[in-house]
Amino acid sequence: MYIEKKGLDFDEHPDKDLRKLTVPEAMRETLDRALDMDKRVFVMGQGVDDHSGMFGMTIGLQKKYGIKRVFDTPLSENGLTGIGVGAALTGMRPIYFHNRPDFLLLAMDQIVNHAAKYSYIFAGKVKVPLIIVAVIGRGWGSGAQHSQSLHGLFMHVPGLRLVMPSTAYDAKGLLVTSLADGNPVIFIEHRWLFKHKSHVPEDLYSIPFGRGLIRRKGKDVTIVGISYMVIEALAAAEDLEKEGYGAEVIDPRTLRPLDEEIILESVKKTGRLVIADTDWKTCGAASEIASMVAQKGFRYLKAPIRIVAWPDLPVPSGHILEEAFYPGKDDIIKSVKEIVER
Amino acid sequence: MKNIPKKRLLELYITMRRIRLTQLEIEKEYSADEMKTPIHLCLGQEAIASGVCANLRKDDYVFSNHRGHGHYIAKGGDLKSMIAELYCKKTGCSASRGGSMHLIDLSVGCMGSSSIVAGSIPIATGAALTSAMTKDKRVSVVFFGDAASEEGVLFESMNFAALKKLPVVYVCENNFYSVCSHQSARQANCDISMRPKAFAIPSCRVDGSDVLDVYAASKKAIESARAGSGPSFLECRAYRWRAHAGAGDPHKETYRKPKEWDAWMRNDPFKKFEDILLKKKIMTPGKMKEICAAVDKEISEAFEFAKRSPLPDKADLEKYLHG
Repeated sequence: MYIEKKGLDFDEHPDKDLRKLTVPEAMRETLDRALDMDKRVFVMGQGVDDHSGMFGMTIGLQKKYGIKRVFDTPLSENGLTGIGVGAALTGMRPIYFHNRPDFLLLAMDQIVNHAAKYSYIFAGKVKVPLIIVAVIGRGWGSGAQHSQSLHGLFMHVPGLRLVMPSTAYDAKGLLVTSLADGNPVIFIEHRWLFKHKSHVPEDLYSIPFGRGLIRRKGKDVTIVGISYMVIEALAAAEDLEKEGYGAEVIDPRTLRPLDEEIILESVKKTGRLVIADTDWKTCGAASEIASMVAQKGFRYLKAPIRIVAWPDLPVPSGHILEEAFYPGKDDIIKSVKEIVER
Repeated sequence: MKNIPKKRLLELYITMRRIRLTQLEIEKEYSADEMKTPIHLCLGQEAIASGVCANLRKDDYVFSNHRGHGHYIAKGGDLKSMIAELYCKKTGCSASRGGSMHLIDLSVGCMGSSSIVAGSIPIATGAALTSAMTKDKRVSVVFFGDAASEEGVLFESMNFAALKKLPVVYVCENNFYSVCSHQSARQANCDISMRPKAFAIPSCRVDGSDVLDVYAASKKAIESARAGSGPSFLECRAYRWRAHAGAGDPHKETYRKPKEWDAWMRNDPFKKFEDILLKKKIMTPGKMKEICAAVDKEISEAFEFAKRSPLPDKADLEKYLHG
């Protein structure tokens, strides 16, 4: 599957008459099916039952499945995460929604000390099939405490799955896989991807964890884009092509597990790597990918690896400073030109 | 006491004896340095786990904390795999990945324990949510210490349990110390039993050194949870006889008052109950001898099993990461 266009309303299959959905529509459809098919599934989170329904992901579900299976929660992130762990341990399949990853910091004890560890420390006698969904809230003054991505923190922790879809197709397929998996899943979405549409088949399908995707082929440089940065990477690749640079864009889709092979194979071909992330660089996913390639694919590299990520600063609120803060297409192009000789 | 059948009274005695003697044996063997795991002995607190668990069904859930040996034993957890876990053996209940602070036996509803203070409280509440959703009539009990009442997650959990009327019983074992810090140095109001009242959760203070008091109070709480009336809270006061961790209490004079110590030492929950049973002729000296022999045998068999069990394979290090 290739994304053929980009922009705020980009359409993956512009010339084909296929059913297309936004990410929230695809999520809602999948949750609807899961609630219908599996009595163990329930959905909770502050506002899952209100008019906006988690950006539309949970709209109408309480009406259809009742307040016992789709319910609003107190703002007790650590408590409710632990409650999700306890429900999961005893056979349920909870899905816990958050408006922002920032709020997950209040739940780190239950996520890191408990959910991620219970299978291991109890020798596989219990499992924690808990899905935690959060949406990165970039823009419109969201600022330091409502714009963070924080996936680097979760990528650090063994025992967690870390999913970051960039299309509606992937959101559905990865949610299906998350529901079938027996492990805690951190499912991080990006608000700026929510207007994009892509083809989503009506039937259920699953996308395996740890399988990335080449979204655009190219021979000169590999660009790994994470979450929304896939879109910026594709835009950069299009511009670069006009100047004669062939950029290959890879979307890992899940960061834990990470599809190392698809990245290494691409770097083997191009010899150059740029990683674009929606998070800080220091100890982040981009640095981890760079480290992995340096350790396992050093012999393929013809130039230093470049990382396009956030500066080591809190996210500013005002739009002018936001513009200065967020890297994008132009930064990716600049990085590519630094390492590809013409 | 009149209302409790003789059989049940003897069961309570056996459980208390099992906990007491297992703790003493662990303490005795600990200096041999074969149990390479921190131990948090529950000597002095045996009546709480024994009294509560006697009211539970086999399929009810118990969630525990770092000082969890008594909870595991009282709920019927397998003694051999517990001791093997302490000896870091492959046959341990957590296959040497958990240690003394992470005991589990799903076959009797021992759902594991957390060594993060208050960590098990929301998890037990979540298990009770499952019971409420599936109407399986199970009750979840969570044991925690006085310091857990200083953690926010207790309040988050109590609020949710009260809101959804969940079948969970919160059992606070107030032993007055968190490591060496006395409760009075940590809490503005030392009446822990008043905290649940903010959520309209029925709550009472119980003499945690009196197994019959614990039995009666927990019976009411568990029956209420099973009937669908929601959560309850028990503050059971008892004394931690040993240091926070390890054998003995070598620095006790640096943080405990001798008067306090002496008073509690004269109030041995196990001996107290034993004396009552003998005095009221509920247990004959012959029966007691028989029980002692059976418990001793069980404990020595568990230690033998643990000692002769194989160590885990280093090649299996990565096993069980994912569920």
